[in-house]
Amino acid sequence: MKATIDEAPASAVPRIRRGSRREFLKGTIVLAGTLSAGTLLAALAPSRTWALEARVLDQKQAQALLLMARRLYPHKDLPDAVYALLVKDIDEACSDAAVRELVFTGIESLDRRAGGNWAAADPQRQTAILEGMSADPFFQKIRGQCITSIYDNQMAYKHFGYEGETWSKGGYIKRGFNDLSWLPDPPAAASPPPFDA
Amino acid sequence: MAKYGDKDDSVVVIIGSGAGGGTLANELCQKGINVVVLEAGGRESPETFIQDEWKSFGQLAWLDKRTTSGSWRIAHDFPNLPAWICKTVGGTTTHWAGASLRFQEHEFKARTSYGDVPGSNLLDWPISLADIEPYYARAEAKMGVTRTNGIPGLPGNNNFKIMYSGATKIGYKEVSTGRMAINSVARDGRSPCIQQGFCFQGCKSAAKWSTLYTEIPRAEATGRLDLRPRCQAARIEHDRRGRVNAVVYFDQDGKERRQAARAVCVAGNSIETPRLLLLSESSRFKDGLANGSGQVGRNYMRHTTGSVYAVFDKPVHMYRGTTMAGIVQDEAGHDAGRGFAGGYELETISLGLSFYAAFLDPGAWGADFASYMDDYARTAGLWIVGEDLPQETNRITLNAEVKDTFGLPVANVHYDDHPNDRAMRDHAYRQSSALYEAAGARRTFHTPPYPSTHNLGTCRMSLKAEDGVCDRHGQAHEVPNLFISDGSQFTTSAAENPTLTIVSLAIRQAEAIADRMSRKEL
Repeated sequence: MKATIDEAPASAVPRIRRGSRREFLKGTIVLAGTLSAGTLLAALAPSRTWALEARVLDQKQAQALLLMARRLYPHKDLPDAVYALLVKDIDEACSDAAVRELVFTGIESLDRRAGGNWAAADPQRQTAILEGMSADPFFQKIRGQCITSIYDNQMAYKHFGYEGETWSKGGYIKRGFNDLSWLPDPPAAASPPPFDA
Repeated sequence: MAKYGDKDDSVVVIIGSGAGGGTLANELCQKGINVVVLEAGGRESPETFIQDEWKSFGQLAWLDKRTTSGSWRIAHDFPNLPAWICKTVGGTTTHWAGASLRFQEHEFKARTSYGDVPGSNLLDWPISLADIEPYYARAEAKMGVTRTNGIPGLPGNNNFKIMYSGATKIGYKEVSTGRMAINSVARDGRSPCIQQGFCFQGCKSAAKWSTLYTEIPRAEATGRLDLRPRCQAARIEHDRRGRVNAVVYFDQDGKERRQAARAVCVAGNSIETPRLLLLSESSRFKDGLANGSGQVGRNYMRHTTGSVYAVFDKPVHMYRGTTMAGIVQDEAGHDAGRGFAGGYELETISLGLSFYAAFLDPGAWGADFASYMDDYARTAGLWIVGEDLPQETNRITLNAEVKDTFGLPVANVHYDDHPNDRAMRDHAYRQSSALYEAAGARRTFHTPPYPSTHNLGTCRMSLKAEDGVCDRHGQAHEVPNLFISDGSQFTTSAAENPTLTIVSLAIRQAEAIADRMSRKEL
């Protein structure tokens, strides 16, 4: 188990790197999209449009990984901007030659199993292909990374209804720790009233 | 704060600063005894605790490599993380949830109560409930346990409301917000709980008791404690008479040092404590220090655990408020009619989104898993904690193949579930599902045990030297000035969360040490 630490909330949305980067850090935009207007995430992000620059992965590889993440952890309404975090983290991990080799050959294997083009296969076929390779180290690498890339970030918190840190907000003592109203309250002997905060 | 020289052999050296070591240090200092504490981790504070599960894990958890073997699922899911315990000043009292329950009388007599269970290595404790009761009372007062000493219970959160509703509907009677070492009102210079959640990540309001900001600063205030963070004990040495006289350790710069000692108390939690004794082999103690019985590292217990998560139609927000907000105690007794020995508690639990994803069903993927994530905000959860039986083959050994950063063999943790453990877990899973269905759950999920938070029994106390490692005061049978001061000394696990008992034993042990010193036996 390995912790993957995501960036601060605003930067959790993949974005284009601008100017003043040294040449070798420059990447290519491999994924881009727009968050739907009026959604929770669009309200959270600094901009509705997003783009992911990659240093190692090309566009086709990035697209293959994004689809793999979506098939592994299928959430109908979760935007690509969140799944793109998996691609971002794998791209960064690919600075290690062994990981790069694992990922490149893994994506080739996806294509081979799909009869040429994994990304073009229909979703059910894609899922079946993944089921057939679950013991593969490439599969395990991507699956394990998905757990932190997809669920350990501010966009996911918002999407799934988790509120994150509470110290700056004074905890939940005045903010709904016991606001459940669809069951009767336990008696005071079992659950005394809160101190007078 | 005191500073003692490396050659000062008047000091008691304590290894570890958690529930056992931190408490013992303060108790000894209050009695006028000079103490050096070697703590492998660094010093954090409520100000530096982080309310982010992975970042906090990186800050507090013991992440040095360990290996695993055995049929437990942990060996497959988390092969290098058998335990979720801490490497930091205050030890796992930074991470614990605060449940503070006394053991039951029959649990101190497990062999007598449960009989000869095949495959187990059951033994009665050399102490009884009556022996420890006065120390339970002192520990509860020290820690500010709710529902004792006139301290009100904590208010229940949403997660508890569901537990209460379901539990009472299926006939359970002992359901409440329990006895918790979390301030429900301001007490002992610490503020009341403001229901933040994040109990596992270090309490930022210090409402939850931890040695980090209670015992340790009080010990420091006596001027007798020399606390040395980032100092990893490597070996305990002894003289020609077989009495320990020094601890070799690596300091914060990785430099090897040697601290002389009048007595040594080991409180590194039940994986590192036996590891250190095994690393301290010598020509006199060929199988490891104080291991003439061969029991060092054996009888490793980790409680029979598991979690049940339940999905409802309406919002729950289980993560709001205290993590362990309530308890069902009706199954805690021993009733052979259920088909297993010992009992279990049901305690609410919650995980943030990040850890819920990591621990709900490790290794799982696909539409079913994703659907549980989709339902996160409408999910309630509880944790099963029950007595697991000691087995000689469940043990900590040195893994000669894998070395730590100092070149020392790491600990291997071997665990196989006993049939009794499986029977208890299955019973608890069934009861928990019934509880949640009675409260209106649409579906429930049985989550496998997390990396162990309760690690027990690897240097157990016993009446006879051949049955264990230490005596009724934690004093090693073979080495009169060596003490086991943490949960390693538990003879059996009982069903209850162990911290209150560890603290009580530490208070009791401090008296024994001071008494022996005054009689010039130490």
